[in-house]
Amino acid sequence: MLKLIFRRLLQMLLIMAVVSFILFLVFDSDKFKKQIATAELGGFAVSTLSEEDYQKWLAKKGLDVPFHERYVKWVLDVLRGDFGQSFEKNTSVASLIGERLINTGILAFWVFALMIPLSLTLGVLAGMKEGSFQDRTLSFIAVFTTSIPEIATAIILTVILALGLGWLPTKSAMISGWDWKQLVLPVLTLVVYDFGYVARMTRASMAEVMTSQYIRTAVLKGIPYRRVIMKHALRNALIAPFTIIVLQLNWLLSGVVVVEVFFEYNGFGKLLLEAALFGDVYVIQAATLIAVFVAVLSQIISDVGYTFLNPRIRFS
Amino acid sequence: MAVTTQVPGSSSLLERLQRPRVIIALMLVMWLPLMTYVMFGNYLGQQLKDLILLPAIPATFLLWLVAVISWRESWVAVLGVTLVFFWLLVAVSAPYLPLIDPNKPIAPFTVPGLERKGHYFILGADLKGRDMLSRTLWGCQRVLVWGVTATLVAYIIGSMLGLLAGYLAGWWDEVISFISNVLLSFPVMVLYILILNYLGPSGFNIVIAVTFASAPAIMRIVRGLTLDMKSRDYIFAAQTRGEHPLWIMLVELLPNARGPIIVDACLRLGYTTVAITTLTFLGLGLPPPDPDWGLMIKEAAKVAMLWKFSYMLLIPALAVSSLILGFNLMADGLREMSLKD
Amino acid sequence: MSEQVPVLECRNLSVSYFVRAGEIPAVVDFTMKLMPGEAQGIVGESGCGKSTVALAIMNYMGRNGAIVGGQILFEGRDMRTMSDEELRQIRGSKIAMVYQEPMASLNPSMKIGDQLAEVPLFHEGVSEDEAKRRAREMLSNVRLPDPGRIMESYPHQISGGQQQRVVIAMALLSNPKLLLLDEPTTALDVTVEAGIVELIKEISSEFGTSMIYISHNLGLILETCDRITVMYSGEAVEVGDIHTVFNNMRHPYTRGLFNSIPVPGADKNARPLVAIRGQLPLPHERPKGCYFGPRCDYFEAGRCDAGHLPMEEVAPGSNHFVRCVRFAEIDWEALKPKPKEQEPIEPGDVVLRVENLTKHYEVEHTGLLFVSEKRTVKANEKISFRAREAETVAIVGESGCGKSTFAKVLMGLEEASAGRVQLGNLELSKLPVEARDGATISRLQMVFQNPFDTLNPSHTVGAQIARVIKKFGIEKDPERIRERVYELLDTVKLPRDFADRKPRQLSGGQKQRVGIARAFAGDPKMVIADEPVSALDVSVQAAVTGLLMDIQRENRTTLLFISHDLSVVRYLSDRIVVMYLGQIMEKGLTEEIFSPPYHPYTEALLSAVPIADTRVEKRKVVLTGELPSPTDPPKGCPFSTRCPYVIEGLCETTPPPVRSFSDSHTIACHLEEARLTAMEPVIKIDDDPAQAAE
Repeated sequence: MLKLIFRRLLQMLLIMAVVSFILFLVFDSDKFKKQIATAELGGFAVSTLSEEDYQKWLAKKGLDVPFHERYVKWVLDVLRGDFGQSFEKNTSVASLIGERLINTGILAFWVFALMIPLSLTLGVLAGMKEGSFQDRTLSFIAVFTTSIPEIATAIILTVILALGLGWLPTKSAMISGWDWKQLVLPVLTLVVYDFGYVARMTRASMAEVMTSQYIRTAVLKGIPYRRVIMKHALRNALIAPFTIIVLQLNWLLSGVVVVEVFFEYNGFGKLLLEAALFGDVYVIQAATLIAVFVAVLSQIISDVGYTFLNPRIRFS
Repeated sequence: MAVTTQVPGSSSLLERLQRPRVIIALMLVMWLPLMTYVMFGNYLGQQLKDLILLPAIPATFLLWLVAVISWRESWVAVLGVTLVFFWLLVAVSAPYLPLIDPNKPIAPFTVPGLERKGHYFILGADLKGRDMLSRTLWGCQRVLVWGVTATLVAYIIGSMLGLLAGYLAGWWDEVISFISNVLLSFPVMVLYILILNYLGPSGFNIVIAVTFASAPAIMRIVRGLTLDMKSRDYIFAAQTRGEHPLWIMLVELLPNARGPIIVDACLRLGYTTVAITTLTFLGLGLPPPDPDWGLMIKEAAKVAMLWKFSYMLLIPALAVSSLILGFNLMADGLREMSLKD
Repeated sequence: MSEQVPVLECRNLSVSYFVRAGEIPAVVDFTMKLMPGEAQGIVGESGCGKSTVALAIMNYMGRNGAIVGGQILFEGRDMRTMSDEELRQIRGSKIAMVYQEPMASLNPSMKIGDQLAEVPLFHEGVSEDEAKRRAREMLSNVRLPDPGRIMESYPHQISGGQQQRVVIAMALLSNPKLLLLDEPTTALDVTVEAGIVELIKEISSEFGTSMIYISHNLGLILETCDRITVMYSGEAVEVGDIHTVFNNMRHPYTRGLFNSIPVPGADKNARPLVAIRGQLPLPHERPKGCYFGPRCDYFEAGRCDAGHLPMEEVAPGSNHFVRCVRFAEIDWEALKPKPKEQEPIEPGDVVLRVENLTKHYEVEHTGLLFVSEKRTVKANEKISFRAREAETVAIVGESGCGKSTFAKVLMGLEEASAGRVQLGNLELSKLPVEARDGATISRLQMVFQNPFDTLNPSHTVGAQIARVIKKFGIEKDPERIRERVYELLDTVKLPRDFADRKPRQLSGGQKQRVGIARAFAGDPKMVIADEPVSALDVSVQAAVTGLLMDIQRENRTTLLFISHDLSVVRYLSDRIVVMYLGQIMEKGLTEEIFSPPYHPYTEALLSAVPIADTRVEKRKVVLTGELPSPTDPPKGCPFSTRCPYVIEGLCETTPPPVRSFSDSHTIACHLEEARLTAMEPVIKIDDDPAQAAE
């Protein structure tokens, strides 16, 4: 077990190294150097800049140093926790990202808090009796909600709850301080979009377990139906949904860009997009690295959790 | 045990339409003109551009008919395929429908059901006064063509890699799996944003971005299927008669993986459609001014935050949802049918 | 006796499954009476509805099954009228069941102790400690070593045989009135099976439990039951006392079943197996009247297809029932198989020479970056034998004995670690299949085990045979290839229009025939058949083996027949090689293997094979312990952990010497030659059936 975690962590380090190298390589291209110049000096200034002056500017910025030296320096800086300065927002990248991560974290917390109990309960109820009324109803609702993309869900909810009924504000920028009302629409959008997927996975897992031979053994052993479900079925049926829920963490960090942008919620995804459009290289690099880190970490947690919950694998 | 001889003329037209060869031919007749029209429309002469989609209309209709008949046992699949084919039919027949030019500004902010400047706006007009109905119907062309192309390319590359990694194993597997692990560790949206930001927004770049984002996942599925199948006796039989590994992968393995692959492809078409719409909304997808659902949402989101004008947001949102719902229902129906067999 | 209330009585029970296509009757008009302490066997081929009967008795029909008619009386009460709560109280306490696949039947994420303790906990309401104590006691009652450890284990941590003992313990925990056993040993190796059967017999005598034993194996039923019900296509066709039915069967299907299974004392030349012609009808294609009609030699139009046939008693008071309108008119003696005196084939020159063939696998735990400990699996250790032209050599052994690895080395899919394999003059041990030329490949072909895997489901039968012909360059012209495909289909007795069919339209036996056609397409010198019939029903087995033997005889092909079933092997082979954990334990001519001196393992194997013949008396040799893992075999003799004759301090440490008893017969064992020679025969045939019946 420890060996497995150790191996996965080592693999993660390797992936991070490769990813950071690729990122650095990509952003070291002339195209991006120009983009930085444009961002700082203005498009017109760059276009009139002579080659010599451009080289001078590069030297001033430290961008003329050979690639490998800059890479080593950057890696060492990152290891010390220094992600550099944002060109656009003129603050340290670390504090900027930290602030946005907290915002996204709040969003993710509420999404999980609503989505997990809802989807697990519905999935288990539907999967208990395959083909029953509640099963068909859930499948029907779930295929609808998962088919409507986040952007469309956001629009529909906004139109109904904000524009039509006027219960909630349309935007979640929180300009004048924290306001829980502004959090409702983004959270609701994400829950509506995501619960169907997790519920369907839970249902499939539960349905499979219910047709398995060991459930037949348990029923024919004559123990009460409640205990068959609670003790025999659930334990096995919840293994697969667990891994899926952990993987949703990754989606909530950066897959929700579109929701954050639509509601103007100052989260991590929105930061990433703004940085990409602006050419804010150090922010993109740091944000991507963090996104990859969370993704790989959630994969490890999911794998290790799967192994831990599954005695068949744990002891072999 | 009498030998049943089949007289060629005796089978009905519908039965003949269901032969694989006919279906592939129909698909090509539908797809190639549409693809040419959307991707290379500017290089075609006006005359050719006017005519090229005509043969695709009956082909699309026949394909829909065949699909409905052969999948009639699952109403979910029929509903899905009907939704998808509705948009396909709109895509191939858009130039011949009596629609106002989708890029012509006429009467800004006209709400649905009003007549302005001699035009009746069934679905209203947008902020620049362009007809919403016309823009919505035209809008499906780009999403469909780029979405399907991107998924197809991702599938070809992903399946090849999956077959290589699964069947040849060893170092092939190590290398391919590591590369796909690196790609899979990027959150999908981050990968799209990075690639499109690097390459610039265009249809072909979307194809590349989708390939990078989807091929690793497809590779994993095909690799898993290959690993499962390669210990089957018919693969041993092929090995023991000295078949080349390429033959085994393409002729013995690939056809048997098609069931799960088709189901997954339907789902993935949905994801790709979402991705393209979302990317256009974020300003990284297809360039304006041609109509596109993501673009319509992007433009409207800035100005239409009023109950009165919410149709500008709702209409493209519902359009894209219905297409994705079609793909997902198709996948559901196909999976359901494959489980029954 | 007759005043006793039967434990279970099924009266005209009918069960159907409801699918899209409509109602599919799985069991029709099934009647059975089980008295206290009695053991009733239900026998039939796959799809005959025998497992459905068991689940119907448990009233567990799944989502689309339902009991559509008749009664199931348990101790006189109709179970169909019971409430869910009443059913629950009966299940697991008064009626318990043992299942076919023990691994799948146990909850993978619960400790065995907890799963066992649930039974007394919920049926008798005892305390947790008491429940655990009873569970542990029952585990030792089913002869499991170290019950304490097993209580704390998860199901996958113990072997298949142990799992089945756990399931039996679970069934016995509440001291049930009725025990249902649904193919309890089918998934197990034959020596492990023998142990379980022994246990079941002891249970029935010790606890006095009534049993219903469901199996496809007539021999097992004979060993365990008092009465037997033969089922065919959803109906019971013959019911009676076990010895009456075995010796004086009165239904043509029962006769056909017995004619198609091998019995000791006969070989391929003296009494060929007779298969039942035709196929089991699909449930919705059953004929009117007698379901067996289309396959029966005594079919009479107008009588047999007139309408639903009732069960009739053979003689008043005989308690022997049969569903046949013509049973009184048939000359049953004439139906017994006749010896067909065939010329034995003269074997030719040596075709295959295997000398000290060794195959070791290095199992490494490889990660991306590290290589941790290595382990050697000795799949084959110093295998030597020869095979002549037109001869059949059988390789016999249980799972993990290395027979499949040996086939792979021969076919060039694996390279040998050491030793030599010569086919004719060609050395094959280090020649992978890619390096072999077409002629070599076509000379050595294989028939595979699993009929559902042997053909590629995506291509037509004709295309798959044609590919072989093209690949080996036998014919080039498409017309001639097609012609050759038809000839091959004729050879394996399949209609020519099968060439255009996809494998899923074929039955298991038909697929296996296509597999044989494919193997013989290139006129091979030698064919390896890896358990070609073990997944087929008995009546189909006979037909497929017969076909294989006929083609081999005609082409003078050398056949290497890999099997775990000694009774089939006796029927068709000239020589036998007995393997255990990768090593040859004994080899010799067929007669030499079946008579003393035996290797102790051969002796146990012979004793373990169930025989469906009342005249046969077997000496009981039941092995204890489980098959060791091939990754961790014992140091000395591989069999030393289970051998009843083990010599302490010698067998475990030193590999056994190979002792020769004739030119062809060798045994690898530490036992003195005199002791081996002094062994009693395992199988004795008593030629007076009446006496054996007593």
